[in-house]
Amino acid sequence: MKCQQCDNPATIHLTDIVQNKKREIHLCRPCAEARNLVEKAELNLPAVLQTFLGQHVGQQMEELARLACPVCGIRYMEFRAQGRLGCPHDYEVFQAGLEPLLQRIHRHVRHVGKAPRRAADCGKPAELIEMRRQMQAAIDDERYEEAARIRDLLRERDDRDES
Amino acid sequence: MNLEQLTQRCGEWLRGTGPESDIVISTRIRLARNLASFPFNNRASAFQKAEIEAHLRDRIGRLDLTPRLDYLTLPTLSTLDRQMLVERQLISRELALADGPRGVAVGPLETVSLMILEEDHLRMQVMHSGLALDASWQEIDRIDDLVEQKVSYAFSPEFGYLTACPTNVGTGMRASVMLHLPALEFTKQLEKVFRALQKINLAVRGLYGEGSRASGHFYQISNQVTLGKNEPTILAEIAGVIPQIIAYERGARTAWLRDNRQGLQDKVSRAYGTLGSATMMTSEETMELLSFVRLGIHLGLVEDISIHTVNELFIHTQPAHLQKLVGSPLDGEERNAARARYLRTRLREARPNPN
Repeated sequence: MKCQQCDNPATIHLTDIVQNKKREIHLCRPCAEARNLVEKAELNLPAVLQTFLGQHVGQQMEELARLACPVCGIRYMEFRAQGRLGCPHDYEVFQAGLEPLLQRIHRHVRHVGKAPRRAADCGKPAELIEMRRQMQAAIDDERYEEAARIRDLLRERDDRDES
Repeated sequence: MNLEQLTQRCGEWLRGTGPESDIVISTRIRLARNLASFPFNNRASAFQKAEIEAHLRDRIGRLDLTPRLDYLTLPTLSTLDRQMLVERQLISRELALADGPRGVAVGPLETVSLMILEEDHLRMQVMHSGLALDASWQEIDRIDDLVEQKVSYAFSPEFGYLTACPTNVGTGMRASVMLHLPALEFTKQLEKVFRALQKINLAVRGLYGEGSRASGHFYQISNQVTLGKNEPTILAEIAGVIPQIIAYERGARTAWLRDNRQGLQDKVSRAYGTLGSATMMTSEETMELLSFVRLGIHLGLVEDISIHTVNELFIHTQPAHLQKLVGSPLDGEERNAARARYLRTRLREARPNPN
Protein backbone atom coordinates (compact mmCIF):
# COMPACT_ATOMS: atom_id res chain seq x y z
CA MET A 1 0.00 0.00 0.00
CA LYS A 2 1.30 3.43 -0.90
CA CYS A 3 1.50 6.45 1.36
CA GLN A 4 -1.41 8.83 0.78
CA GLN A 5 0.96 11.80 0.67
CA CYS A 6 3.78 10.48 -1.47
CA ASP A 7 4.70 7.32 -3.36
CA ASN A 8 6.67 5.63 -0.61
CA PRO A 9 5.29 2.46 0.94
CA ALA A 10 2.90 3.20 3.79
CA THR A 11 4.12 1.83 7.11
CA ILE A 12 1.83 3.76 9.49
CA HIS A 13 -1.84 2.78 9.42
CA LEU A 14 -4.27 4.73 11.54
CA THR A 15 -7.99 4.46 11.95
CA ASP A 16 -9.99 7.16 13.65
CA ILE A 17 -13.68 7.51 14.20
CA VAL A 18 -15.16 10.98 14.18
CA GLN A 19 -18.93 11.33 14.70
CA ASN A 20 -19.42 7.66 13.89
CA LYS A 21 -17.54 7.99 10.63
CA LYS A 22 -14.56 5.73 10.23
CA ARG A 23 -11.51 7.17 8.50
CA GLU A 24 -8.36 5.28 7.55
CA ILE A 25 -4.99 6.93 7.12
CA HIS A 26 -2.02 5.24 5.47
CA LEU A 27 1.30 7.06 5.54
CA CYS A 28 5.01 6.44 5.32
CA ARG A 29 6.97 7.30 8.45
CA PRO A 30 8.38 10.70 7.31
CA CYS A 31 4.92 11.92 6.25
CA ALA A 32 3.43 10.70 9.52
CA GLU A 33 6.20 12.46 11.45
CA ALA A 34 5.65 15.64 9.46
CA ARG A 35 2.02 15.66 10.58
CA ASN A 36 3.01 14.86 14.17
CA LEU A 37 1.01 11.64 14.06
CA VAL A 38 3.87 9.59 15.43
CA GLU A 39 6.75 10.42 17.69
CA LYS A 40 10.00 10.99 15.94
CA ALA A 41 12.53 8.28 16.52
CA GLU A 42 15.56 9.49 18.47
CA LEU A 43 17.96 11.23 16.15
CA ASN A 44 20.78 8.90 15.50
CA LEU A 45 22.56 9.89 12.33
CA PRO A 46 23.54 6.53 10.84
CA ALA A 47 20.04 5.20 11.56
CA VAL A 48 18.52 8.29 9.97
CA LEU A 49 20.79 7.87 6.99
CA GLN A 50 19.79 4.24 6.56
CA THR A 51 16.13 5.21 6.54
CA PHE A 52 16.79 7.90 3.95
CA LEU A 53 18.85 5.54 1.86
CA GLY A 54 16.05 3.05 1.76
CA GLN A 55 13.46 5.53 0.61
CA HIS A 56 14.62 8.25 -1.63
CA VAL A 57 15.45 6.67 -4.93
CA GLY A 58 12.72 4.38 -6.21
CA GLN A 59 12.44 4.64 -9.97
CA GLN A 60 16.02 5.81 -10.52
CA MET A 61 17.25 2.76 -8.73
CA GLU A 62 17.99 0.58 -11.72
CA GLU A 63 20.06 3.22 -13.39
CA LEU A 64 21.92 4.05 -10.18
CA ALA A 65 22.48 0.39 -9.39
CA ARG A 66 24.68 0.12 -12.46
CA LEU A 67 26.84 3.10 -11.50
CA ALA A 68 30.40 2.79 -10.25
CA CYS A 69 32.94 5.55 -9.62
CA PRO A 70 35.69 5.44 -12.28
CA VAL A 71 38.12 7.00 -9.80
CA CYS A 72 37.87 4.87 -6.65
CA GLY A 73 35.83 1.97 -8.01
CA ILE A 74 33.05 2.03 -5.41
CA ARG A 75 29.64 0.98 -6.75
CA TYR A 76 26.54 2.95 -5.88
CA MET A 77 25.08 -0.15 -4.25
CA GLU A 78 28.11 -0.46 -1.98
CA PHE A 79 27.59 3.11 -0.83
CA ARG A 80 23.95 2.29 -0.13
CA ALA A 81 24.90 -0.73 1.92
CA GLN A 82 27.66 0.98 3.92
CA GLY A 83 26.48 4.58 4.05
CA ARG A 84 30.02 5.77 3.32
CA LEU A 85 31.37 7.11 0.04
CA GLY A 86 34.67 6.00 -1.46
CA CYS A 87 36.30 9.23 -2.63
CA PRO A 88 35.57 12.94 -3.17
CA HIS A 89 34.76 12.27 -6.84
CA ASP A 90 31.68 10.19 -5.83
CA TYR A 91 29.74 13.38 -5.13
CA GLU A 92 29.88 14.06 -8.86
CA VAL A 93 29.39 10.51 -10.12
CA PHE A 94 26.46 9.72 -7.81
CA GLN A 95 24.99 13.23 -7.90
CA ALA A 96 21.57 12.03 -9.12
CA GLY A 97 21.26 9.62 -6.23
CA LEU A 98 22.85 11.89 -3.65
CA GLU A 99 20.88 15.09 -4.14
CA PRO A 100 17.51 13.74 -2.98
CA LEU A 101 19.34 12.23 -0.02
CA LEU A 102 21.07 15.53 0.82
CA GLN A 103 17.74 17.33 0.50
CA ARG A 104 16.23 15.01 3.09
CA ILE A 105 19.12 15.15 5.52
CA HIS A 106 19.98 18.85 5.25
CA ARG A 107 16.96 20.33 3.48
CA HIS A 108 19.46 21.93 1.13
CA VAL A 109 21.64 20.64 -1.69
CA ARG A 110 24.17 23.46 -2.09
CA HIS A 111 27.02 24.61 0.13
CA VAL A 112 27.07 28.23 1.28
CA GLY A 113 29.72 28.26 4.03
CA LYS A 114 33.46 28.56 4.28
CA ALA A 115 35.67 27.72 1.28
CA PRO A 116 39.39 27.08 1.10
CA ARG A 117 41.35 30.10 -0.12
CA ARG A 118 43.34 27.99 -2.53
CA ALA A 119 41.21 26.47 -5.25
CA ALA A 120 42.34 22.91 -5.90
CA ASP A 121 42.80 21.86 -9.50
CA CYS A 122 39.72 19.71 -10.00
CA GLY A 123 41.01 17.08 -12.39
CA LYS A 124 44.33 16.31 -10.79
CA PRO A 125 43.28 14.96 -7.40
CA ALA A 126 40.89 12.49 -9.05
CA GLU A 127 43.63 11.34 -11.37
CA LEU A 128 45.93 10.79 -8.40
CA ILE A 129 43.31 8.72 -6.58
CA GLU A 130 42.88 6.58 -9.67
CA MET A 131 46.63 6.08 -9.98
CA ARG A 132 46.81 5.09 -6.32
CA ARG A 133 44.10 2.51 -6.96
CA GLN A 134 46.00 1.10 -9.94
CA MET A 135 49.15 0.93 -7.85
CA GLN A 136 47.30 -0.94 -5.09
CA ALA A 137 45.86 -3.37 -7.65
CA ALA A 138 49.37 -3.97 -9.02
CA ILE A 139 50.66 -4.67 -5.49
CA ASP A 140 47.76 -7.04 -4.79
CA ASP A 141 48.51 -8.95 -8.03
CA GLU A 142 52.21 -9.00 -7.22
CA ARG A 143 53.01 -6.98 -10.34
CA TYR A 144 55.70 -5.11 -8.45
CA GLU A 145 57.43 -3.51 -11.42
CA GLU A 146 54.17 -1.98 -12.52
CA ALA A 147 53.50 -0.82 -8.96
CA ALA A 148 56.93 0.82 -8.78
CA ARG A 149 56.38 2.51 -12.13
CA ILE A 150 53.09 4.03 -10.92
CA ARG A 151 54.69 5.01 -7.63
CA ASP A 152 57.37 6.98 -9.48
CA LEU A 153 54.75 8.61 -11.68
CA LEU A 154 52.77 9.53 -8.58
CA ARG A 155 55.81 11.12 -7.01
CA GLU A 156 56.34 13.18 -10.10
CA ARG A 157 52.71 14.27 -10.45
CA ASP A 158 51.99 14.76 -6.83
CA ASP A 159 54.33 17.62 -6.06
CA ARG A 160 52.36 17.45 -2.82
CA ASP A 161 50.04 20.19 -2.07
CA GLU A 162 52.10 22.71 -0.23
CA SER A 163 52.10 26.28 -1.37
CA MET B 1 52.74 13.93 26.18
CA ASN B 2 52.80 12.09 29.48
CA LEU B 3 49.61 10.07 29.72
CA GLU B 4 50.13 9.30 33.41
CA GLN B 5 50.17 13.01 34.26
CA LEU B 6 47.22 13.55 31.96
CA THR B 7 45.20 10.99 33.93
CA GLN B 8 45.71 12.96 37.16
CA ARG B 9 44.40 16.20 35.72
CA CYS B 10 40.81 17.22 35.27
CA GLY B 11 40.90 18.06 31.59
CA GLU B 12 39.26 20.91 29.73
CA TRP B 13 35.69 19.76 29.51
CA LEU B 14 35.28 19.33 33.25
CA ARG B 15 37.32 22.36 34.30
CA GLY B 16 34.03 23.78 35.59
CA THR B 17 34.62 27.38 34.60
CA GLY B 18 33.36 29.68 31.89
CA PRO B 19 30.00 31.35 31.28
CA GLU B 20 26.91 29.57 32.69
CA SER B 21 29.12 26.76 33.97
CA ASP B 22 26.57 25.68 36.60
CA ILE B 23 24.57 24.21 33.69
CA VAL B 24 26.77 24.39 30.60
CA ILE B 25 29.59 21.90 31.02
CA SER B 26 31.48 22.46 27.79
CA THR B 27 31.36 23.59 24.18
CA ARG B 28 32.91 21.61 21.36
CA ILE B 29 33.24 22.25 17.63
CA ARG B 30 34.67 19.79 15.17
CA LEU B 31 35.42 20.06 11.48
CA ALA B 32 35.61 17.08 9.12
CA ARG B 33 38.16 17.37 6.32
CA ASN B 34 39.64 15.04 3.70
CA LEU B 35 42.66 15.15 1.43
CA ALA B 36 41.76 15.78 -2.21
CA SER B 37 44.08 13.24 -3.74
CA PHE B 38 43.32 10.15 -1.64
CA PRO B 39 40.28 7.88 -1.41
CA PHE B 40 38.20 8.25 1.76
CA ASN B 41 39.28 6.22 4.75
CA ASN B 42 36.92 3.24 4.26
CA ARG B 43 38.14 2.80 0.68
CA ALA B 44 41.85 3.27 1.43
CA SER B 45 44.21 0.28 1.58
CA ALA B 46 46.47 -0.18 4.61
CA PHE B 47 49.32 1.17 2.52
CA GLN B 48 47.35 4.28 1.54
CA LYS B 49 46.27 4.85 5.13
CA ALA B 50 49.90 4.79 6.20
CA GLU B 51 50.62 7.39 3.50
CA ILE B 52 47.72 9.58 4.61
CA GLU B 53 48.79 9.37 8.24
CA ALA B 54 52.41 10.23 7.44
CA HIS B 55 51.34 13.08 5.19
CA LEU B 56 48.97 14.69 7.72
CA ARG B 57 51.21 14.02 10.68
CA ASP B 58 54.08 15.78 8.91
CA ARG B 59 51.96 18.82 7.96
CA ILE B 60 50.35 19.10 11.40
CA GLY B 61 53.77 18.84 13.02
CA ARG B 62 54.83 21.92 11.09
CA LEU B 63 51.79 24.06 11.89
CA ASP B 64 52.54 27.49 13.26
CA LEU B 65 50.67 26.82 16.49
CA THR B 66 51.56 27.71 20.07
CA PRO B 67 51.56 25.82 22.28
CA ARG B 68 52.67 22.92 20.12
CA LEU B 69 50.60 19.80 19.69
CA ASP B 70 51.77 16.38 20.81
CA TYR B 71 51.23 13.49 18.45
CA LEU B 72 50.01 10.12 19.71
CA THR B 73 50.17 7.10 17.40
CA LEU B 74 47.04 5.15 18.31
CA PRO B 75 48.19 1.60 17.42
CA THR B 76 51.16 1.95 19.80
CA LEU B 77 48.92 2.85 22.76
CA SER B 78 47.40 0.26 25.08
CA THR B 79 43.64 -0.32 24.99
CA LEU B 80 43.47 1.31 28.41
CA ASP B 81 45.25 4.47 27.24
CA ARG B 82 43.00 4.74 24.20
CA GLN B 83 39.96 4.31 26.42
CA MET B 84 41.33 7.00 28.72
CA LEU B 85 41.57 9.44 25.79
CA VAL B 86 37.93 8.65 24.90
CA GLU B 87 36.86 9.36 28.48
CA ARG B 88 38.63 12.74 28.29
CA GLN B 89 36.78 13.47 25.04
CA LEU B 90 40.07 13.87 23.19
CA ILE B 91 39.32 11.10 20.70
CA SER B 92 36.14 9.39 19.56
CA ARG B 93 35.22 5.81 20.37
CA GLU B 94 35.40 5.14 16.65
CA LEU B 95 39.06 6.22 16.50
CA ALA B 96 39.89 4.23 19.64
CA LEU B 97 38.35 1.03 18.30
CA ALA B 98 39.45 1.28 14.63
CA ASP B 99 42.25 -0.76 13.05
CA GLY B 100 45.28 0.36 11.13
CA PRO B 101 47.32 3.56 11.04
CA ARG B 102 45.71 6.46 12.87
CA GLY B 103 46.63 9.06 15.43
CA VAL B 104 45.76 12.23 17.26
CA ALA B 105 47.57 15.52 17.82
CA VAL B 106 46.62 16.98 21.20
CA GLY B 107 47.36 20.39 22.68
CA PRO B 108 48.80 20.49 26.22
CA LEU B 109 45.67 22.19 27.57
CA GLU B 110 43.48 19.54 25.89
CA THR B 111 41.44 22.23 24.13
CA VAL B 112 42.64 21.15 20.68
CA SER B 113 42.70 17.65 19.25
CA LEU B 114 43.22 16.70 15.63
CA MET B 115 42.24 13.12 14.84
CA ILE B 116 43.85 11.49 11.82
CA LEU B 117 42.04 8.68 9.97
CA GLU B 118 38.82 8.64 11.90
CA GLU B 119 35.78 8.35 9.61
CA ASP B 120 37.36 11.21 7.62
CA HIS B 121 41.07 11.78 7.05
CA LEU B 122 41.06 14.65 9.49
CA ARG B 123 38.69 15.52 12.30
CA MET B 124 39.70 18.70 14.09
CA GLN B 125 38.19 19.56 17.44
CA VAL B 126 38.30 22.54 19.75
CA MET B 127 36.73 22.24 23.18
CA HIS B 128 36.22 24.78 25.94
CA SER B 129 34.74 24.70 29.39
CA GLY B 130 31.39 26.51 29.70
CA LEU B 131 29.42 28.18 26.93
CA ALA B 132 31.96 29.33 24.34
CA LEU B 133 30.64 28.88 20.80
CA ASP B 134 32.22 32.04 19.36
CA ALA B 135 35.63 31.54 20.93
CA SER B 136 35.65 27.88 19.88
CA TRP B 137 34.68 28.74 16.31
CA GLN B 138 37.38 31.40 16.01
CA GLU B 139 39.98 28.96 17.23
CA ILE B 140 38.99 26.04 15.01
CA ASP B 141 38.58 28.35 12.01
CA ARG B 142 42.12 29.61 12.48
CA ILE B 143 43.54 26.10 12.84
CA ASP B 144 41.65 25.07 9.70
CA ASP B 145 43.20 28.03 7.83
CA LEU B 146 46.67 26.98 8.97
CA VAL B 147 46.16 23.36 7.91
CA GLU B 148 44.73 24.47 4.59
CA GLN B 149 47.97 26.28 3.77
CA LYS B 150 49.73 22.94 3.91
CA VAL B 151 47.26 20.42 2.46
CA SER B 152 44.74 20.35 -0.39
CA TYR B 153 41.31 19.65 0.99
CA ALA B 154 38.64 17.74 -0.92
CA PHE B 155 36.23 20.57 -1.66
CA SER B 156 33.67 21.35 -4.32
CA PRO B 157 31.97 24.74 -4.75
CA GLU B 158 28.60 22.95 -4.96
CA PHE B 159 28.84 20.56 -2.01
CA GLY B 160 31.51 22.22 0.13
CA TYR B 161 33.98 20.13 2.12
CA LEU B 162 33.51 16.58 0.88
CA THR B 163 33.16 13.93 3.57
CA ALA B 164 32.93 10.15 3.66
CA CYS B 165 29.38 10.33 5.00
CA PRO B 166 26.86 12.68 3.34
CA THR B 167 25.54 13.66 6.78
CA ASN B 168 28.68 15.79 7.29
CA VAL B 169 29.16 17.31 3.84
CA GLY B 170 29.17 21.10 3.34
CA THR B 171 30.68 22.85 6.32
CA GLY B 172 31.81 19.54 7.83
CA MET B 173 31.03 21.25 11.12
CA ARG B 174 29.39 19.74 14.16
CA ALA B 175 29.06 22.13 17.09
CA SER B 176 27.85 20.77 20.39
CA VAL B 177 27.11 22.17 23.80
CA MET B 178 27.06 19.82 26.75
CA LEU B 179 24.50 20.61 29.43
CA HIS B 180 23.88 19.28 32.92
CA LEU B 181 20.09 18.96 33.24
CA PRO B 182 19.29 17.01 36.42
CA ALA B 183 16.20 19.00 37.41
CA LEU B 184 14.57 18.80 33.96
CA GLU B 185 15.30 15.10 33.79
CA PHE B 186 14.07 14.38 37.29
CA THR B 187 10.85 16.36 36.81
CA LYS B 188 10.30 14.60 33.45
CA GLN B 189 10.26 17.77 31.36
CA LEU B 190 13.16 16.81 29.10
CA GLU B 191 11.09 15.07 26.43
CA LYS B 192 9.25 18.32 25.75
CA VAL B 193 12.50 20.24 25.34
CA PHE B 194 14.01 17.59 23.09
CA ARG B 195 10.98 17.43 20.82
CA ALA B 196 11.17 21.19 20.35
CA LEU B 197 14.88 20.90 19.48
CA GLN B 198 14.31 18.14 16.96
CA LYS B 199 11.74 20.27 15.18
CA ILE B 200 14.46 22.82 14.45
CA ASN B 201 16.90 20.09 13.40
CA LEU B 202 19.09 20.05 16.46
CA ALA B 203 20.17 16.65 17.73
CA VAL B 204 20.37 15.54 21.36
CA ARG B 205 22.85 12.92 22.47
CA GLY B 206 24.25 11.49 25.67
CA LEU B 207 27.59 12.10 27.31
CA TYR B 208 29.79 10.16 24.94
CA GLY B 209 28.00 11.00 21.72
CA GLU B 210 26.11 8.93 19.21
CA GLY B 211 24.10 6.13 20.73
CA SER B 212 25.45 6.61 24.23
CA ARG B 213 23.26 6.92 27.30
CA ALA B 214 22.84 10.24 29.01
CA SER B 215 24.66 9.24 32.16
CA GLY B 216 25.07 11.80 34.93
CA HIS B 217 22.21 13.82 33.39
CA PHE B 218 24.63 15.21 30.79
CA TYR B 219 23.22 16.00 27.35
CA GLN B 220 24.83 17.29 24.18
CA ILE B 221 22.89 19.56 21.87
CA SER B 222 24.33 19.74 18.35
CA ASN B 223 23.47 20.76 14.81
CA GLN B 224 22.33 18.09 12.41
CA VAL B 225 22.45 20.16 9.23
CA THR B 226 25.87 20.82 7.69
CA LEU B 227 24.87 21.74 4.13
CA GLY B 228 23.14 24.89 2.89
CA LYS B 229 23.81 27.04 5.95
CA ASN B 230 27.04 28.83 6.70
CA GLU B 231 28.96 28.32 9.93
CA PRO B 232 27.81 31.52 11.72
CA THR B 233 24.16 30.69 10.95
CA ILE B 234 24.49 27.17 12.33
CA LEU B 235 26.23 28.44 15.46
CA ALA B 236 23.61 31.16 15.94
CA GLU B 237 20.84 28.55 15.81
CA ILE B 238 22.47 26.60 18.62
CA ALA B 239 23.36 29.74 20.57
CA GLY B 240 19.72 30.80 20.24
CA VAL B 241 18.24 27.82 22.08
CA ILE B 242 20.81 27.35 24.84
CA PRO B 243 19.64 30.31 27.00
CA GLN B 244 16.09 28.94 26.86
CA ILE B 245 17.18 25.50 28.01
CA ILE B 246 19.28 27.07 30.76
CA ALA B 247 16.24 29.09 31.85
CA TYR B 248 14.05 25.93 31.88
CA GLU B 249 16.59 24.06 33.98
CA ARG B 250 16.97 26.98 36.39
CA GLY B 251 13.19 27.24 36.59
CA ALA B 252 12.86 23.51 37.29
CA ARG B 253 15.52 23.77 40.02
CA THR B 254 13.78 26.73 41.66
CA ALA B 255 10.38 25.02 41.52
CA TRP B 256 11.83 21.82 42.96
CA LEU B 257 13.37 23.78 45.86
CA ARG B 258 10.14 25.69 46.45
CA ASP B 259 7.80 22.69 46.29
CA ASN B 260 9.88 20.05 47.98
CA ARG B 261 13.02 21.46 49.51
CA GLN B 262 13.24 18.73 52.09
CA GLY B 263 12.88 15.99 49.48
CA LEU B 264 15.59 17.51 47.32
CA GLN B 265 17.88 18.09 50.29
CA ASP B 266 17.40 14.44 51.23
CA LYS B 267 18.17 13.26 47.70
CA VAL B 268 21.38 15.28 47.59
CA SER B 269 22.47 14.25 51.09
CA ARG B 270 21.80 10.58 50.39
CA ALA B 271 23.80 10.80 47.18
CA TYR B 272 26.69 12.42 49.01
CA GLY B 273 26.44 9.92 51.86
CA THR B 274 26.37 6.91 49.54
CA LEU B 275 29.39 8.13 47.58
CA GLY B 276 31.34 8.49 50.82
CA SER B 277 30.42 5.16 52.36
CA ALA B 278 29.48 2.52 49.76
CA THR B 279 31.84 -0.40 49.19
CA MET B 280 30.78 -1.26 45.63
CA MET B 281 30.05 1.36 43.00
CA THR B 282 29.34 1.04 39.29
CA SER B 283 30.37 3.81 36.95
CA GLU B 284 26.73 4.49 36.11
CA GLU B 285 25.62 4.88 39.72
CA THR B 286 28.63 7.08 40.48
CA MET B 287 27.67 9.43 37.64
CA GLU B 288 24.08 9.61 38.85
CA LEU B 289 25.04 10.35 42.47
CA LEU B 290 27.77 12.85 41.56
CA SER B 291 25.20 14.59 39.40
CA PHE B 292 22.95 15.16 42.43
CA VAL B 293 25.89 16.34 44.54
CA ARG B 294 26.83 18.76 41.75
CA LEU B 295 23.25 20.04 41.72
CA GLY B 296 23.32 20.33 45.53
CA ILE B 297 26.47 22.44 45.50
CA HIS B 298 24.97 24.88 43.00
CA LEU B 299 21.81 25.15 45.09
CA GLY B 300 23.70 25.66 48.35
CA LEU B 301 22.50 22.33 49.77
CA VAL B 302 26.00 20.90 50.19
CA GLU B 303 28.77 23.07 51.49
CA ASP B 304 31.78 21.03 52.45
CA ILE B 305 32.85 19.91 48.96
CA SER B 306 33.97 21.97 46.00
CA ILE B 307 32.65 21.77 42.47
CA HIS B 308 36.22 21.14 41.37
CA THR B 309 36.42 17.95 43.44
CA VAL B 310 33.11 16.72 42.03
CA ASN B 311 34.23 17.43 38.45
CA GLU B 312 37.47 15.60 39.07
CA LEU B 313 35.59 12.61 40.48
CA PHE B 314 33.37 12.49 37.37
CA ILE B 315 36.44 11.84 35.22
CA HIS B 316 38.58 9.87 37.69
CA THR B 317 35.88 7.27 38.34
CA GLN B 318 35.50 6.43 34.64
CA PRO B 319 36.74 2.85 34.02
CA ALA B 320 40.05 3.57 32.26
CA HIS B 321 40.97 6.51 34.49
CA LEU B 322 40.27 4.50 37.60
CA GLN B 323 42.42 1.59 36.44
CA LYS B 324 45.27 3.94 35.56
CA LEU B 325 45.03 5.73 38.91
CA VAL B 326 44.93 2.46 40.84
CA GLY B 327 47.81 1.22 38.71
CA SER B 328 46.46 -2.17 37.66
CA PRO B 329 43.85 -3.56 35.29
CA LEU B 330 40.67 -4.54 37.12
CA ASP B 331 37.64 -6.47 35.99
CA GLY B 332 34.00 -5.60 36.80
CA GLU B 333 33.64 -6.53 40.49
CA GLU B 334 37.15 -5.51 41.46
CA ARG B 335 36.70 -2.27 39.62
CA ASN B 336 33.48 -1.47 41.46
CA ALA B 337 35.20 -2.12 44.79
CA ALA B 338 38.21 0.00 43.77
CA ARG B 339 35.92 2.81 42.60
CA ALA B 340 34.07 2.84 45.95
CA ARG B 341 37.42 2.84 47.79
CA TYR B 342 38.70 5.69 45.67
CA LEU B 343 35.54 7.73 46.29
CA ARG B 344 35.65 7.14 50.05
CA THR B 345 39.29 8.25 50.25
CA ARG B 346 38.83 11.30 48.06
CA LEU B 347 35.71 12.47 49.88
CA ARG B 348 37.34 12.01 53.29
CA GLU B 349 40.27 14.16 52.13
CA ALA B 350 37.94 16.75 50.64
CA ARG B 351 35.97 17.32 53.83
CA PRO B 352 37.34 19.86 56.24
CA ASN B 353 38.82 18.47 59.42
CA PRO B 354 36.00 18.24 62.04
CA ASN B 355 38.32 19.70 64.68
